[in-house]
Amino acid sequence: MNPRRLPVGERFRRFRDRLGAAGTTGAPSGAAPGAASAPGDGPPTAPGATGGSVGGAPTAPGADARTASGGRDGEGRGRRRRGRGGEELAVPPAEFRSYYGRPILKPPVWTWEIAAYLFTGGLAAGSSLLAAGAQLTGRPALRRAGRLTALAGVTASGVLLVMDLGRPERFHHMLRVAKPTSPMSVGTWILTAYGPAAGLAAVAEVAPLLPERGPLGLARRMLPPLGRAAGLAAAGIAPALGTYTAVLLSDTAVPSWHGAYPDLPLVFAGSALASGAGMGLIAVPPTQAGPARRLAVAGAGLELVGAHRVQTRLGLVAEPYRIGRAGRLLRAGRALTVVGVAGALLGARSRVVSAFSGAALLAASVATRFGIFHAGVASARDPRYTVLPQRERLQRRADEQDR
Amino acid sequence: MANADVIVIQGSNMAEAHPVGFQWVMEAKRRGAKVFHVDPRFTRTSALADEYLPIRAGTDIALLGGVVNYILSNELDFREYVLAYTNAATIVSDDFVDAEDADGIFSGFDPETGSYVQTSWQYAGQEASSGSGHTAAERETAAGLRHESHGAPVAGAVERDETLQHPRCVYQILKRHFARYTPEMVERVCGVSREKFLELARAWAENSGRERTGCLIYSVGWTQHSVGVQYIRTGAIIQLLLGNVGRPGGGVLALRGHASIQGSTDIPTLFNLLPGYLPMPQHDAHPTFDAWVESIRHPGQKGFWGNARAFAASLLKAYWGDAATPDNDFCYGYLPRLTGDHGTYQQVLDMIDGKIKGYFLLGQNPAVGSAHGRAQRLGMANLDWLVVRDLFMIESATFWQNGPEVATGEIVPQECRTEVFFLPAASHVEKDGTFTQTQRLLQWREKAVDPPGDARSELWFFYHLGRKLREKLAGSPLPRDRALLDLAWDYPTHGPHAEPDAEAVLREINGYDTTTGRPLAGFAEARDDGSTAVGCWIYSGVYADGVNQAARRRPGHEQDWVAAEWGWAWPANRRTLYNRASADPQGRPWSERKRYVWWDAEAGRWTGHDVPDFEVTKPPSYRPPAGATGPAAIAGDDPFVMQADGKGWLYAPSGVLDGPLPTHYEPVESPVRNPLYGQQANPTRKMYAHPINATNPSPPQEHSQVFPYVFTVSRLTEHHTAGGMSRTVAPLAELQPEMFVEVSPELALLVGLNHLGWAHLISSRAVIEARVLVTDRVAPLLVEGRVIHQLWLPYHFGFEGLVTGDSANDLFGITLDPNVLIQESKIGTCDVRPGRRPTGPALRELVSDYRVRAGVVSGGNPPAVTPGVPIESTGSTGDGEGNR
Amino acid sequence: MVDPESRSGSPVAFDPATAAGWVDAPPRMGFFTDTSVCIGCKACEVACKEWNGVPSSGLDLLGMSYDNTGALTANSWRHVAFVEQPRPSGDDDSPGGGSAVASSSGAPVEFLGMPGAAPPGRTGSAHGRSDFRWLMMSDVCKHCTRAGCLDVCPTGALFRTEFGTVVVQEDICNGCGYCVSACPYGVIDRRAGDGRAWKCTLCYDRIGVGMTPACAQACPTESIQYGPLDELRDRAAARVATLHERGVPEARLYGHDPSDGVGGDGAFFLLLDEPEVYGLPPDPQVPTRDLPRMWRRAGVAALAMAAGAVVAFLGGRR
Ligand SMILES: Nc1nc2c(c(=O)[nH]1)N[C@H]1C(S)=C(S)[C@@H](COP(=O)(O)OP(=O)(O)OC[C@H]3O[C@@H](n4cnc5c(=O)[nH]c(N)nc54)[C@H](O)[C@@H]3O)O[C@H]1N2
Ligand SMILES: Nc1nc2c(c(=O)[nH]1)N[C@H]1C(S)=C(S)[C@@H](COP(=O)(O)OP(=O)(O)OC[C@H]3O[C@@H](n4cnc5c(=O)[nH]c(N)nc54)[C@H](O)[C@@H]3O)O[C@H]1N2
Ligand code: SF4
Ligand code: SF4
Ligand code: SF4
Ligand code: SF4
Ligand code: SF4
Ligand SMILES: [Mo]
Repeated sequence: MNPRRLPVGERFRRFRDRLGAAGTTGAPSGAAPGAASAPGDGPPTAPGATGGSVGGAPTAPGADARTASGGRDGEGRGRRRRGRGGEELAVPPAEFRSYYGRPILKPPVWTWEIAAYLFTGGLAAGSSLLAAGAQLTGRPALRRAGRLTALAGVTASGVLLVMDLGRPERFHHMLRVAKPTSPMSVGTWILTAYGPAAGLAAVAEVAPLLPERGPLGLARRMLPPLGRAAGLAAAGIAPALGTYTAVLLSDTAVPSWHGAYPDLPLVFAGSALASGAGMGLIAVPPTQAGPARRLAVAGAGLELVGAHRVQTRLGLVAEPYRIGRAGRLLRAGRALTVVGVAGALLGARSRVVSAFSGAALLAASVATRFGIFHAGVASARDPRYTVLPQRERLQRRADEQDR
Repeated sequence: MANADVIVIQGSNMAEAHPVGFQWVMEAKRRGAKVFHVDPRFTRTSALADEYLPIRAGTDIALLGGVVNYILSNELDFREYVLAYTNAATIVSDDFVDAEDADGIFSGFDPETGSYVQTSWQYAGQEASSGSGHTAAERETAAGLRHESHGAPVAGAVERDETLQHPRCVYQILKRHFARYTPEMVERVCGVSREKFLELARAWAENSGRERTGCLIYSVGWTQHSVGVQYIRTGAIIQLLLGNVGRPGGGVLALRGHASIQGSTDIPTLFNLLPGYLPMPQHDAHPTFDAWVESIRHPGQKGFWGNARAFAASLLKAYWGDAATPDNDFCYGYLPRLTGDHGTYQQVLDMIDGKIKGYFLLGQNPAVGSAHGRAQRLGMANLDWLVVRDLFMIESATFWQNGPEVATGEIVPQECRTEVFFLPAASHVEKDGTFTQTQRLLQWREKAVDPPGDARSELWFFYHLGRKLREKLAGSPLPRDRALLDLAWDYPTHGPHAEPDAEAVLREINGYDTTTGRPLAGFAEARDDGSTAVGCWIYSGVYADGVNQAARRRPGHEQDWVAAEWGWAWPANRRTLYNRASADPQGRPWSERKRYVWWDAEAGRWTGHDVPDFEVTKPPSYRPPAGATGPAAIAGDDPFVMQADGKGWLYAPSGVLDGPLPTHYEPVESPVRNPLYGQQANPTRKMYAHPINATNPSPPQEHSQVFPYVFTVSRLTEHHTAGGMSRTVAPLAELQPEMFVEVSPELALLVGLNHLGWAHLISSRAVIEARVLVTDRVAPLLVEGRVIHQLWLPYHFGFEGLVTGDSANDLFGITLDPNVLIQESKIGTCDVRPGRRPTGPALRELVSDYRVRAGVVSGGNPPAVTPGVPIESTGSTGDGEGNR
Repeated sequence: MVDPESRSGSPVAFDPATAAGWVDAPPRMGFFTDTSVCIGCKACEVACKEWNGVPSSGLDLLGMSYDNTGALTANSWRHVAFVEQPRPSGDDDSPGGGSAVASSSGAPVEFLGMPGAAPPGRTGSAHGRSDFRWLMMSDVCKHCTRAGCLDVCPTGALFRTEFGTVVVQEDICNGCGYCVSACPYGVIDRRAGDGRAWKCTLCYDRIGVGMTPACAQACPTESIQYGPLDELRDRAAARVATLHERGVPEARLYGHDPSDGVGGDGAFFLLLDEPEVYGLPPDPQVPTRDLPRMWRRAGVAALAMAAGAVVAFLGGRR
């Protein structure tokens, strides 16, 4: 063997394994999906499963992922059909062709940091609103919890965002321009405005701990009013912070994100509120947590309505929200939300139950964010979600012209 | 080519191997030409062609013969052209017996030497005087190569029947010979459907004639067969019948390979030729300068070869300068002589036998690129020394260390006796010089960058090697050293490494007057009295007026479409050979559309777009006086001036060693019994009975089913030849990163191969493995009611470089075409099995196993004449004098 | 439909360079890639790598016909696609030719060949499978009139040149990856290890000094034609007409139409089959086309969020 020889790439191995898996069942990715229905327990044979791992974890949408979602998903919609052996096809198979089943789009290069950021940003936004409300209605414990959570959330957000950059040391290049066509640029400026405000508000909470004299004494006196102003400012920005991320995702070519643009902001707004509320439920005694409970209900309501619309009103590109890893996460999120809200309402007297339901709401928000994130990634990886809706659109246009 | 109305590409994968030249096919297509591609597999050329015909490899003569038959039986030939410009009307000897009448062997076969005595093939009345005779020696020396610049000799006047009715006129012989090559037969032999075949034949004939022309393109898909030369002859016959030679948009285009492979046959790197296709003298036949020259010149004969003496003398003058004088026969005695076959395959076998001690390997990678890779490597492993000059550390320099024989234990690096000297070479961008391309165009290229490190040009290497040798031998009293010491070895040098001046060499190639030093204007100025020195007579004119004509680069849009001022074409900057044929016998263009070169009666000269390939002032009406010889014997309406009778040869009375007419033979290894003749394969093919060589059995031999599949080997755009220049280069290597074999889905199913899985292929020489690509581009063919599966392999892989793989050439044995000694490396038989091949000694065991099963004997060859086939001896002049 | 960039009236007149603020911009330059004459030689891929110093894409035998590049990536700015297919229609007298026949007959077929090609026939046939097409197409960044990548780039690393092309400034890009998701063609890509986004620059350094881009220069059959976009569009229309005349009804242009979802491509194509067969989206749209509506929906959601908070605090007194 030649020592200079480079190792055969991972890409090749995966491709071969996929073919091996497709093997005798005859699943040319480009052929009619009817032929692509692999036995239920097979490794992923999904078209476009270039990211599929060898071990059999269904990381990509397609036949296998669909199978995995079947059975556990109680909400069989009218469109679903039950196939042989309990196998379910999420949507009626449609003819489509592709280039060796390869994705047309580049799947987002973003990794878990961005999904986590969706959560931390939302948490910060929800917390700031909670804190401001508490501030205005005189609930210091709730205010403190909100402000501190907001700072933690926004700090984590910053770290996550920088971590996800290909060139983290260049994060400040974001500040070169302000571009309304770039939600990320808008978000950068939102964060730039929000961060210091939330920070100041949180720092103000430490004022009582400062010495009374000297320069720090001055700070001790100055901080509470500044904190109040900053807290209100942060709350003023918070709704933008909580919802712009929906635009961030929607303003892409990723089919399931882009298609969801009318409803995604609702989900994110709701999720932000619910997570903020969840934090409140954990942090303060049940007696002071009334607004948090109501916030949880409001947030959960928005989130559930939004998510329902996302999962049902988008036609084919809704499918990734229902199947595979994303489907599981979103179902978990929904369940946790319901549990959280129920706990918040029913366990209003118990600190433990309250805290538990708060945690459930936080977990729900995490699950929802990751679910939405993964649904998008999955939709970009499978050329079906790119080709079929666009074909339909072309057909519609052609029909309109005919008329 | 852009002017063609139909283009037939057969035996070439032009789009992949000649992508730049292929632009002209695309241009012709844009202008409305129809493009056909005939190939065993669907390639990138087929993808761009209008029609694709899948053909069983090795059966092209049957298909082309079918076209000849179609033309003749429907009288679709361009009759005026055929009558005037070809030998169709010439009467052939009574003694001639066609292979059609003798089960596949022509008259005159000598079973002793396995070659023909050509006497009976001659034109009527010339049986004895033709100068032809026993051709065994010609075969040993690949004599066919000489005809690159001129045809074989013909004596005196010939009998003709202008009505073409005489039963022994060439036209009628041709008609009879190909009568059985019907569409049905084409289908049976080639696996090409009748309809497809007829479509091709029809389009070819319809797009030829007065107003239209068709162009035929081939390359090594035709040449690398044991009947390769006859493939090309068949194509040429069609083109002559259709009037497609010497005319714009016509021709038989050989696409040459390596960047300057044309140049390296013109100024040859071949054992049997001297520059300008002067044959190397043979030890016994050419003891004197005169004997040698006369054998080239054929005194008393017609045509331009009559000046051979001047070319030969001028060449020797260029070699030995002042030492070469008419009195000492221009040092003819210094010229090395041939004693037989010194071809590359004979040499490899000699290396194995320990007859060759040292070897220079320059710009070649036989460990991968030559047939029977194992023989190549074992041969080199048995040398005392080996000098490899190359751009990269190639397999031929590291075989003793990394070759597959190390794994099988056949070569032990610690014990391998060969001392390898690797000398880095400068690449083409690192030195000045010319390339001679497919169109015979010399193009000067300037050095772009300095060679890195110790890399030096070939010119530098040989000049200084010669200089050093001469220094060491200076004062030697030994006569044998005179040849070296008397050489004119004096070139201006420049630069820190004393690089010889390439233009000075070009000037010497062009030739100059030895007294004044004036560069010659053309080869007509060459003299046999020592007053001129010419390095290569056909290149004479490339340095006319002291100007490097090859360096001309006037852009195409600043001149007419012939672009005569781009580079320089031999001979005499002529772009289309035999272009006199673009005018009718009276010298008028055949048609306005195809106007090219014509007779300007007013000016009294030939004129046109190109340099006329005719004596400029010889009028169409010129008739040679009785007894004329040399150029004067060519009539004013004989366009084929380098042919001894001025005609295009439909029938070759001599010059081609395996028959005056092409005849379908099966490849040496074939799963199919020859459907046309009892004779299975070319009876005159060159075989080597050496223990390392082995041939898989073919019908009617027993056990041919042990190797049931046909494999064919060729190129990919992404790699270059033996891979030394592409597998080492990352942007190329990644485009085709692994050795693979293409199989049809049917075969995959049959054998159990999986796409991208492994398969190994077994022949009686070797086992190689490759990844499987299952593709519809290779289709099984129905031949004689049997399904024939063909596999395809690229031959670019070896064990060095960024990407590696087994070499397809390991599968081949050694069998050669008799005319030019080219190996049959396009086709062989094999077995294929799923999975990887065994390694180590088990690998040889697997081969032995197969050999036992197939009854293969080392060094044994199938009989030249298939048992049961009668041999027609024309007795009478059995051992004519001729060339021997 | 509201269009964020349509400041200049009719879409046909829209000149992205002028819109981007270039004064006296030269004519918009681009590519017309005529896949009907592409011979799949990959000279364009190699020339691009050599000229631009693009790193290796890896040594993977992909088994996708002769395509071992796979896709446009940060390390392959040209990508030649190879599609093997039986002819869509025509004189199919070949027993082995009908792959469609085999699958529609309902018989269980074992698929062994190129993924993406349908299972081929089983019988060896003298008629061969010559009614077969091998499509080749050299893909590249489309240099969209309304470029998603450029619109969303938060650093300004992506910019519109005076030639109307879209180029990444490697010294600015911080690898946020937004452009990757915003390209409706899946072109631009982040390079592993390097972290920045890379794609075809339309040889900004070459065209700036009047040279032809390296890939077009290397293309032996003029499959890649470079020039002023207007001129190319005329040429392309003529070529399609010729092909239709010569019995190639499947020839069609892709990306030439300034009224399409991205305002027309600066690099457009002549294709012989549907775009998705070559891995192209059939009806791409720039994501920012819907951006105003997105902001509006986000605004509504933000209000809902604020309202939720207000309600939460005013809705009870516990
Ligand atoms: N990219 C690239 N270009 C090259 C080279 C390279 O290595 N790479 N090499 C150069 C050299 S040295 C040469 S000589 C030329 C060679 O140029 P080509 O001859 O065009 O190339 P090949 O691929 O060897 O073979 C041509 C075709 O012959 C077909 N073939 C095989 N057997 C038969 C047969 O019996 N009948 C018919 N009709 N066809 C047959 C093969 O399927 C193949 O498609 O290319 C030159 N150009
Ligand atoms: N089965 C099969 N076998 C074949 C063929 C086939 O079609 N089928 N084709 C045959 C044909 S047509 C050919 S031409 C041969 C080619 O076979 P080879 O000539 O043996 O192979 P190449 O790889 O071309 O070897 C050329 C070497 O020259 C080196 N080189 C390049 N430039 C220079 C230079 O300026 N100076 C020096 N000293 N070295 C230089 C390169 O690095 C390279 O290693 O293969 C033949 N073998
Ligand atoms: S590699 Fe050189 S010789 Fe071959 S086609 Fe390209 S330009 Fe011509
Ligand atoms: S094709 Fe993609 S990368 Fe290229 S300009 Fe358009 S949006 Fe940007
Ligand atoms: S990755 Fe670079 S080019 Fe792409 S959007 Fe981010 S900063 Fe701009
Ligand atoms: S224009 Fe330049 S950068 Fe773009 S693909 Fe062509 S060579 Fe590469
Ligand atoms: S260089 Fe031209 S012909 Fe070759 S693959 Fe690229 S586009 Fe096709
Ligand atoms: Mo060659």
